[in-house]
Amino acid sequence: MSIDLTRRRFLIGSSVAATGLLTGCDALVENATVNDILQKAESLTMGTQRLLMANQQLAREFTEADLSPVFKANGTSQPDSEEYAKMMENNFADWKLVVNGMVQRPLELSLADLKAMPSRTQITRHDCVEGWSAIGKWTGVPLGVVLEKAGLAPGARYAVFYCADELEQTLDGSGKYYESIDLTDAWHPQTILAYSMNGKDLEVAHGAPLRLRVERQLGYKHAKYVMRIELTDSFKGLWGGKGGFWEDRGYEWYAGI
Amino acid sequence: MTSTIESGTAQPKKVLFYRHSVLVRITHWLNVLCLTFLLMSGLQIFNAHPELYWGQYGADARPDPSFISLGAVEDGDTIKGVTRIGSLSLNTTGVLGASKVDGELAPRGFPAWITIPSYQDLATGRRWHFFFAWFFVINGLVYLLYGLIAGHFHRDLVPTRDQLTPKHLAHEVAEHARLRFPKGEDARHYNSLQKLAYVGVIFILLPLMVLTGLTMSPGFNAIFPWLLDLFGGRQSARTIHFITASLIVAFVVVHIVMVLLSGVWTNLRSMITGYYALKVGPRKEISK
Repeated sequence: MSIDLTRRRFLIGSSVAATGLLTGCDALVENATVNDILQKAESLTMGTQRLLMANQQLAREFTEADLSPVFKANGTSQPDSEEYAKMMENNFADWKLVVNGMVQRPLELSLADLKAMPSRTQITRHDCVEGWSAIGKWTGVPLGVVLEKAGLAPGARYAVFYCADELEQTLDGSGKYYESIDLTDAWHPQTILAYSMNGKDLEVAHGAPLRLRVERQLGYKHAKYVMRIELTDSFKGLWGGKGGFWEDRGYEWYAGI
Repeated sequence: MTSTIESGTAQPKKVLFYRHSVLVRITHWLNVLCLTFLLMSGLQIFNAHPELYWGQYGADARPDPSFISLGAVEDGDTIKGVTRIGSLSLNTTGVLGASKVDGELAPRGFPAWITIPSYQDLATGRRWHFFFAWFFVINGLVYLLYGLIAGHFHRDLVPTRDQLTPKHLAHEVAEHARLRFPKGEDARHYNSLQKLAYVGVIFILLPLMVLTGLTMSPGFNAIFPWLLDLFGGRQSARTIHFITASLIVAFVVVHIVMVLLSGVWTNLRSMITGYYALKVGPRKEISK
């Protein structure tokens, strides 16, 4: 009896408290100062991981037997611009990857050019920020090989990837997908520009003709439909200023966690 | 255990004794704060993909079968929440799988009142989760260091040999089942069930939370690949993270019930001021 009463009182008490907390929490969530403080944890995470990754450790590589039976496609699975449709029609024969910005030799590379360059094949796990994972086999040119060919200009710090897909329809183009990584990840041996997946040409749903693989970070960093790579010293001036489509919408720029 | 028998006074005497050091009290309450926000933001993150798998990968109900899922299915012109564990499906409409958002049923793993923020926002959930994860780890390390150096673990938490005998354990289980808790001098030390529960949470469940959490990080996977082997893959680690969190919630529920049943004021006072009140006095029975 007395236990029941205590329990009921406790439940009533806690549900009243919970209602108060609920609005309280949402107010806290939307408070700018609170957000600034919470965001400090991102630098702590990145700093710690980079300190422990000083040897450019590799992400785990798996075997053919570990491949996901179906690799889930996320984000855009079919860019809907007319230019993209045209490129698709002739199998990306006219497509060229542009490499420019703070480089000594701006490049324009066709799919054939990229395929003729040294390649790397890796079976890795793709981790979506939502929580799921899929294992796929990727073949492509190490980004470092392309950067060496272009030659970095002094002061270059980031590689920005501009994509053909528009994930959100906007008037100012801020809904176009883009991503950026710093040079530590750009030079990492597993950071590749992949043109093949599971032994076949990259499918449209997975980013044809070319997608980035940054194996030590979450899926949204792995830009699909890459059209241009710009070397830059800052991404502050681009759209939301946070260095990527999802970053401009609140996600961490450093997605190693 | 020594027992004090006082004679002469008719009423039991209240004796205050210093139970919790200031460091234990501070780290305890900071831990309450961290675990509350970690749980609420963790459920927000879970809601982004309310399914759990075993192994290295796992992405969708088909073709990678999840063994736990909180989903929503159509039910006439409304929806119902379905919690599935293996082949067992339960209708959990209103709480799990589907619950009210602005007055209408919507597909949601966990309901709005237990997630932070209350609405679906993965980016914010992650920001809160990682901030309080760091806070929790630093607070935990301070506590562990103190516990070792100051002898807190050895003195207060490690069960004595006498406490671990089957006879004694059976006696304590029976006493707890009757809601009879140690009184007087016996209450000066934690009983064995209490010690085992605290040791289990401090040295097993909480470290397991940190390790399985780190195993979900692609960055930490490259740094400590053995974590993947330890837990059998990232998706297994995610599942263990969830199950361990549930066990911690279960511990907290029992912990609070025990505090309520065994003298809420003296328990609360001891965790705030450090002082616990013992009733010593004419004793009807001598402690065993």
